[in-house]
Amino acid sequence: MSEHIVSKNLYFLIFGALMVLTAITVGVAFVNLGPLNNVVALTIAVIKALLVILYFMHVRYSSRLTWLVIVGGFFWLAIMFVLTSSDYLTRGWVSFTR
Amino acid sequence: MATQTLNHADAHHDAAHDEEHHPGLAHHFDNMEQQRDSGTLGMWVFLVTEIMFFGGMFLAYMLFRASNPNEFAAGSYQLDVLLGGINTAVLIGSSLTMALAVFFAQTGNKSLLVLFLLATILLGFVFLGIKAVEYGTKFSHGTIPGRNFKVEHKKMEEYEEHHHGDAAANVDPARLQMFFVIYFMLTGVHALHMIIGIGVMSVLVFFALRNRYSPEYHSHIELAGLYWHFVDIVWIFLFPLLYLIGRH
Repeated sequence: MSEHIVSKNLYFLIFGALMVLTAITVGVAFVNLGPLNNVVALTIAVIKALLVILYFMHVRYSSRLTWLVIVGGFFWLAIMFVLTSSDYLTRGWVSFTR
Repeated sequence: MATQTLNHADAHHDAAHDEEHHPGLAHHFDNMEQQRDSGTLGMWVFLVTEIMFFGGMFLAYMLFRASNPNEFAAGSYQLDVLLGGINTAVLIGSSLTMALAVFFAQTGNKSLLVLFLLATILLGFVFLGIKAVEYGTKFSHGTIPGRNFKVEHKKMEEYEEHHHGDAAANVDPARLQMFFVIYFMLTGVHALHMIIGIGVMSVLVFFALRNRYSPEYHSHIELAGLYWHFVDIVWIFLFPLLYLIGRH
């Protein structure tokens, strides 16, 4: 069995999508949406990162074991963010809604 | 009967093994596919450590920004959004050329593989060049955290005007420094990763020119690609979080 080869056209398509999303994220940054600005910026960044991971990095076609390592990695990252935030937020040191 | 079947299976296995044996196959792997999957897995284990490494700095960013929202917005406003935007496009472009380099390694096109590796290196240098211009501007204005930290007054006045004085009135210069500490730390470590990536890519160009890669064996290209795309992903988050938070 040989490895999956992603076609050139799909790479161009992903590149185009990444550029459009970059343009949108810049455009939205100049509009005042209050706290929603962060939500929109991070949502777009996560979509862009997913496109890069799934297609440029071929994870969509990778083994289950590779998936497990990646998901585990992001799960650990989430633990770091959530537990640290729970400490800072409950002591009233920071507020994410200001 | 059972023994016979077993012997037959063994004989078949040996024949298949001899047939498929590739000079690039290390002795501890059964076949090229297993070797390739192991390489990908190992690279991702390394990238997970990188995710945690950058994650710690992003966490610091989040906490300092949450405690100093006005200073972070004002600091972000002092960055050059045009140069940052161009660099984002350059880096996404370099991810495309890297992906195409992997494609041409998979399809065994040596000259296009070398060409796209060189294009990736070139775009990497363009990114670092633009970054150097940005750093240069900050150095010449003295916007460097430390004893002689100075804010670029023109940009600061612009920012105050932009916000009609309300938000900017609360900007504490001492706390504003923290934005630049995090800015230089994150972009500096990111740039260091790019420099390492360019070094790796240069070695790959050398190997590719010496006909080391084929459609069966090109793990170096694939794994260097994973690294390069990872560095791109870090920038995908850095750009909006550093350059775009004080614009509206």
